[in-house]
Amino acid sequence: MTQFLQLFFQGFALGCIYALVALGFTVIYRASQVINFAQGGMLLIGAYLVSVFATGTRLPFGVAVALAVLLLAAGAVSFQMIVLRRVIGQPVFVLVMITIGASIVIDAAIPAIFGGNPRLLGDPWGSSALHVGGVTLNWVRIWAVIVTALILAGFFVFDRFSRYGLAMRATAADEEAAAAVGVPVRRVYALSWAIAGAVAAAGGLFLAGFPNSPNPSLGDVALRAFPAIILGGLDSPLGAVVGGIVIGVVEVLTSGYAPSWLGANFSDIAPYVLMILVLFVRPYGLFGTRPVERL
Amino acid sequence: MSAVAVSRRRGHRVKGRTVLLALIVIGAVLLPFALNAYWLSTAVFVVIAAIGAVGLGVLTGYAGQISLGHAFFLAVGAYTAAVLGGNDHLTAAIWLPAAGIVAGLCGAIVGPTALRLRGLYLAIVTIGLVFIGQHVWFNVPAISGGPGGRAFPPVQFGSFNFGVGQQMTLGGVVIDHNGLYYYLSLLLLALAMLYVFNLQRTRVGRAMQAVRERELPAAVLGVNLARTKVSAFVISSFMAGVSGALYASFLSFVIPDQWSLLLSIQYVAAIIVGGIGTVWGPVLGSLVIFALPSILTSLFPQTSAGGVPIDDITSIAYGVLIIVFFVAEPRGLVGLGSRLAGLARLIGARRRPPRSRIQETQPIEGEEAT
Repeated sequence: MTQFLQLFFQGFALGCIYALVALGFTVIYRASQVINFAQGGMLLIGAYLVSVFATGTRLPFGVAVALAVLLLAAGAVSFQMIVLRRVIGQPVFVLVMITIGASIVIDAAIPAIFGGNPRLLGDPWGSSALHVGGVTLNWVRIWAVIVTALILAGFFVFDRFSRYGLAMRATAADEEAAAAVGVPVRRVYALSWAIAGAVAAAGGLFLAGFPNSPNPSLGDVALRAFPAIILGGLDSPLGAVVGGIVIGVVEVLTSGYAPSWLGANFSDIAPYVLMILVLFVRPYGLFGTRPVERL
Repeated sequence: MSAVAVSRRRGHRVKGRTVLLALIVIGAVLLPFALNAYWLSTAVFVVIAAIGAVGLGVLTGYAGQISLGHAFFLAVGAYTAAVLGGNDHLTAAIWLPAAGIVAGLCGAIVGPTALRLRGLYLAIVTIGLVFIGQHVWFNVPAISGGPGGRAFPPVQFGSFNFGVGQQMTLGGVVIDHNGLYYYLSLLLLALAMLYVFNLQRTRVGRAMQAVRERELPAAVLGVNLARTKVSAFVISSFMAGVSGALYASFLSFVIPDQWSLLLSIQYVAAIIVGGIGTVWGPVLGSLVIFALPSILTSLFPQTSAGGVPIDDITSIAYGVLIIVFFVAEPRGLVGLGSRLAGLARLIGARRRPPRSRIQETQPIEGEEAT
């Protein structure tokens, strides 16, 4: 039981990080029907920015994180405005390929600038932990859960009650109709990239926490968040969160309990197996909307 | 204008295309004699990849099913070759078709998922295929040699094989190891292209294009969605299997890591760069996507600048070029080609006496609308 609780907690914390990554995917997908393959690269930049500000320039950790969030959001918006805005209206796959190009650049640029070795994150938690009846709760994981909860709550309030949240939902529902009634669609695109960037910074930060560290392969995690967004449904932020947490828990539980005949590291692909099983039952995910077609 | 003028003009075009095709074929056949070993082996990789890209062109370009699982089918073909050719010492005349058939069977198993899933959902499920495949390759050493990889057999017909150091003399012309692979792959590529060129005008090919344009109306009009999608998957994975077997055989040693998502992405990039839904698009795209890393590597000095590894610089340049290309010409190389052709026609029209509009917009025979 202790082992189960331990694994469940770890899985839940990992799932929160997946939820953040998945939220980034969903926000951009909802605005422009594009899957942002550079999301993993953005996580990577987020983790390295925090690390540079916190250990290199020795800023207080909170300031370092805030700076990283701002910079990454600004970077994502400029990418959208300088590059992606030029190809709006082209087939979706052209946009997807451009984000793939961006991810190739980032994945190569990070080791080129910082070298291939892991860095220090500079977080105040390190490996310190809270012990509750045999279960070890690392502080960095506890904070991951808390911060994720805060970010998600903030996002849902914004999405539901603010003018721009409404604008985002309107654009998602019908871009042309939204533009026709005066929704600033271009600004909504930029905003969705800003949100994705900010969320990626937070995700990257916790991803790089103990027992991990900022290293060039950190961005691969985004690939494992794909099952999360599919599980939840591409266009549903709530689904992204539920999917992320489910995937995180399943992954860590399988790493603890998978029988050996399934092969080494089966937990790495367990999210994909789960995703495929779910899709056979519900082809648009658990919360996705089935598109209505007419002839 | 009279019908005679139109038909003469069209005859002119067809003749022009035949001449162009002949020039390309002659150029492709003579190419090995103009290249050193480095560039020739690059050319071999490009031609082998083009076979797989033509296959993906059927699935994504004609049938409109986005698949990021191509690396999986390449791997299936490669390991079929390894088991039959390497473990059982069979001839390439058996393992090369077998690689295609086994990969095609896998395609037939995966294909039906496309009936349930659309668009990007399908794309991501096929990503799952790549990861699940890699898990199998890592964990079944009998097939793949485990994480350390395994050796692959050279192409072998009877007692003659295409291994390193082998050569063949045909009428005084010596064809070395690279050249042998080049000509074999070129032949298979030509067959694949011919097949697709004909396929697009058959009932199945037209059905695929109807499904690509709009699935539901196609179904209403009587297209059998299940049969169309599954046959697209089977054709695509057959070509991927052959391509993968040749690729692994030419490399002679492959680790499971190589059948990665990036490989799949490169194939998708190749068909989009070339131009979706065309016969030549995947080939042109492969030329760009699979030759570019070698070109970039040869451009930069091998000594790293300021301690930055050369691989990182080439990757950055590669990514930047992909972005720049798609921003500048989203329709792909074929789009660039038609733009140039339009420009040439414009210049030509200025020189010649003006013609009627009908002639200028006359579609080229045999060319499909994209």
